Amino acid sequence: MTTFIATIEHVVKGPVWGCQDCGQCVLHSTGMTCPMNCPKTLRNGPCGGVRENGHCEVKPEMKCVWLKAYDRTQDWPLPATWKAEYNHLRPPVDNRLKGTSSWKNFFTKRDRWTPTGWKNSTDESAAQGADH
Amino acid sequence: MSTLEHKLTKTNETVFTAEFHTLDGNGFEKAKKVADRFRGWFDGVNATDNTAAHAHVSNVASAIAMKQLGLEPILQVVCRDKNRLAQQADIMGASMFGVENFVALTGDDVTAGDESEARRVFDLDGPQLVRLMSTIKRGEYMSGRKIDPAPHMFIGAVENPGAPPFEYRVQRVAKKYAAGAKFLQLQICYHQDRLEKFCAGVRDAGLAGKIAIIPTIVLVKGARPLNFMHNSVPGIDVPADQIARVEKAADPAEEAYLQTLEFSQHALAQPGVRGLHITDFRNDDTLERLMTDLGRVRRITTTNEDKDDHAYSA
Repeated sequence: MTTFIATIEHVVKGPVWGCQDCGQCVLHSTGMTCPMNCPKTLRNGPCGGVRENGHCEVKPEMKCVWLKAYDRTQDWPLPATWKAEYNHLRPPVDNRLKGTSSWKNFFTKRDRWTPTGWKNSTDESAAQGADH
Repeated sequence: MSTLEHKLTKTNETVFTAEFHTLDGNGFEKAKKVADRFRGWFDGVNATDNTAAHAHVSNVASAIAMKQLGLEPILQVVCRDKNRLAQQADIMGASMFGVENFVALTGDDVTAGDESEARRVFDLDGPQLVRLMSTIKRGEYMSGRKIDPAPHMFIGAVENPGAPPFEYRVQRVAKKYAAGAKFLQLQICYHQDRLEKFCAGVRDAGLAGKIAIIPTIVLVKGARPLNFMHNSVPGIDVPADQIARVEKAADPAEEAYLQTLEFSQHALAQPGVRGLHITDFRNDDTLERLMTDLGRVRRITTTNEDKDDHAYSA
């Protein structure tokens, strides 16, 4: 069953969004643009190597994934809650989920698991930068 | 507290940081020579992490060498070559030798280097690495395993004000600030209008005084390195008139210096800018000239020998 769901998801999302089966989909928060198509798989915005024409440092023929994500988030009629998540700090990829269904992981909340140290660090604690 | 942290958080003084030279064969001897040129000028010097995706002496080894040679290192950690476990090990290893300044970068892609066939890692991205550094500073590894006592850390990040999408770069700064970055070293930017907009944007985002902006300035001898940066370094665009200005000058080396000085003064005049990061490709007396022209006084408080005695007890 699990494999079946993953297969369906792959068939649907592969051709449309170039789904890389990371198993922890963030498409809704990135203007329906899959960040795993960035050659560096960056999940929190573009690197500093974007070319003058807005194309990728690694694949000059491809527009930077994050320029697409940014434009679409501004321009597409996406739900406000999705747009609001655009600037959230997305956590590191959980590599154990590779190849699994992100739909299943969403409903079981498995895709929201983060390591304890990451979870314990908040914007507030980081900004204050408590000295030792 | 490092000198860099002290100056940026407790004073209004302008800071100067620099890029340490890459080290290869006979590395420590070269490090000594660079340290002799840099000592007393800079508040922090970046121990680079395989710059432009070329293998060199490691960031951690360079940082330790700097401690021994009387420089204050800023450990650069990039995401290209190592996963989160190795990055944490490097941060903790450098910390063991008294390194307190850290800067997180995504890093150039492997294709920018001379071993394009290598596997690119990017287990974390730049903002995630900043947050990981904050986690370590708080006294925990990523897993939540305690670090007691927690290392003292002053955390920074980088941004490129000169690469698209320009307006979004400011939002990236906000994200990195929220993740724990207190200073921001910028990529060299030869478009003054872009730097102006970027700095104003950071101010308008309410980050003035919260994150110290440190633009990069590059000392070059002529038009060739400008052309190289323009053509070969992703994310750097040098306007044709800036290249022509140096290329067609009667004395290109002097004109290149004047250009650098002018860009330095312009950068220092922007809101939120607390200092400059200097990359010296010239290796001549213009480093001293630039620092003097910018009003910096060289302060040498320790010698190699003094530092050698307690390099390991920091």
